[in-house]
Amino acid sequence: MASISVDDLRITYGDTVAVDGLSFTADGGRITALLGPNGAGKTSTVEALEGYRPIAGGTARVLGLDPHRDHHALVPHLGVMLQRGGVYPMMGPAQALGLFARYYDDPADPAGLLDQVGLTRVARTPWRRLSGGEQQRLSLALALVGKPKVLFLDEPTAGVDPEGRLLVRELIAAQREQGITVLLTTHELAEAERLADHVIIIDHGRALASGTPAELAAGANDGSIRFTTVAGLDLDALATVVGAGSVLVESAPGSYRLRPAPGLTVGDAVARLTTWLAESGHTLGDLRTGPSLEEAYLAITGSRGEPEEVIDQTHGRRRGRGGRGSGGSGGSRRRTRSTTGSTGGDR
Amino acid sequence: MRPLLAQLRAEITMVFTNGETVFLTLGIPVVFLLFFSVVHVLPTGVTHPVDFLVPGILALAVMSTSMTALGIGTGFERGYGVLKRLGSTPLGRGRLLAAKILSVLVIEIFQAIVLVLVGYALSWHPASGASTGLALVVMLLGTVGFGGIGLLLAGTLKPLVNLAVVNALFVLLLLLGGMLIPLDKLPGWLAAVAEVFPASALANALQQCLEHGGSVSGRDWIVLVLWAALAPVAAAVTFRWE
Repeated sequence: MASISVDDLRITYGDTVAVDGLSFTADGGRITALLGPNGAGKTSTVEALEGYRPIAGGTARVLGLDPHRDHHALVPHLGVMLQRGGVYPMMGPAQALGLFARYYDDPADPAGLLDQVGLTRVARTPWRRLSGGEQQRLSLALALVGKPKVLFLDEPTAGVDPEGRLLVRELIAAQREQGITVLLTTHELAEAERLADHVIIIDHGRALASGTPAELAAGANDGSIRFTTVAGLDLDALATVVGAGSVLVESAPGSYRLRPAPGLTVGDAVARLTTWLAESGHTLGDLRTGPSLEEAYLAITGSRGEPEEVIDQTHGRRRGRGGRGSGGSGGSRRRTRSTTGSTGGDR
Repeated sequence: MRPLLAQLRAEITMVFTNGETVFLTLGIPVVFLLFFSVVHVLPTGVTHPVDFLVPGILALAVMSTSMTALGIGTGFERGYGVLKRLGSTPLGRGRLLAAKILSVLVIEIFQAIVLVLVGYALSWHPASGASTGLALVVMLLGTVGFGGIGLLLAGTLKPLVNLAVVNALFVLLLLLGGMLIPLDKLPGWLAAVAEVFPASALANALQQCLEHGGSVSGRDWIVLVLWAALAPVAAAVTFRWE
């Protein structure tokens, strides 16, 4: 049996539906990430599993127990990191860890843990005078001090500096090696891609896709070539060169996506593209032909399966729908060109 | 048991390492007792003001710890998400509440010892028939009532609003509670308002027990018992942990 199993979960606040029929499982020795934009229902889901709120429908089980009803039996096995706060403002890391350790029958060594999260130097500094990153690291240490079987981390690296992020990620990865079930939430793609073994993309309280980062990326991989160069390329001219049936999109100023026409290999398309760029005097920036979780994420949460490069056959062009603000493409105008459409239209 | 004791120790440590709380629970009562015993500016109506002041200041000490310190501390813990976070540890709400109640009692015992010693140093003479046992029962009832008021505010208001309201209530009840100024020196209507609150009932009852060596009036019992019964229930019903 999975250590976390959620089936058709519904969570409501009055008339607002926060989670609407969510199902997934998470198991020991794996890091599972709930990935989604702000307000997607990630925190509601995690807090229901921590026993903080009753559920409106469906089932939620952690270690086979009902998190709300069996809260008392479950908490000794849980490690919880809230999205923010949770520590006495006047208490230093050493005192807070020492206190939390005494709540548990067989706690981890507070001094060792303090060292692991790199807070020995500020062991006596009151919580409210710690930096954002130090506060997050202390919260993580407090989640680990009871030697949990299940670890819930709500946005664990939010506000943490790059060096601290590395430390936090290493610590979380180390918990996986111990066979602990880790469920984390994040709205950052890079976080999910680097850390998680299993990603569930959720939005509006529903799971939109799930799988390993590679599987999710592959799902969105249509053989597109992504490249960067100057903004405002003459897409008509390029489309003619690359071949009929190819699709070209300027997804953000200077960032382009080329989906080669059926029958045209990626290699050939790249060759034609680079040749044309060179002849036109444009310098090529990045060039990528592999799958990308970012593409998958934006496709799933942003356009709901309606690809941005869909061409209106009558008018030849159509503006893509904006993403949901993540990945930097939200709100940018997209220019689309396809050799299958007419060549009319202004630029 | 170990989680409870650890929490109790932490609660007491936090009170005694926080300058503001030490000032509130020990500084103000001791300074008021010293100052007004030596400088006879209060209309206490007795030859030795210290005899009037010791019971009144004991009532003030109970109020400062059980309502003000508990209310402000709990309000901030709620605002900082501490109460929420503790909800997902094995400590649990029951033991957290028990630790808070016990810490209030421990601090009050400490306050009472200090104030009685300072009182004796100022040549306080309790009445010959003074009943310590009755005084302790009255103080316990006052603690429950004031504690309920503190938690009622802490569990419903935003931390900074709570801080302001609890402090304002503290000053108001200090002036209207018969702790420094006898109620019969207030205008009749103001005294009538003051008598509804547990501060005056507590101060008056303690003065009856310790200064006059008499019994506590029926009205004081009713006010103390009603607040002790209703305020904690209201707090429990309305308390929001997050």
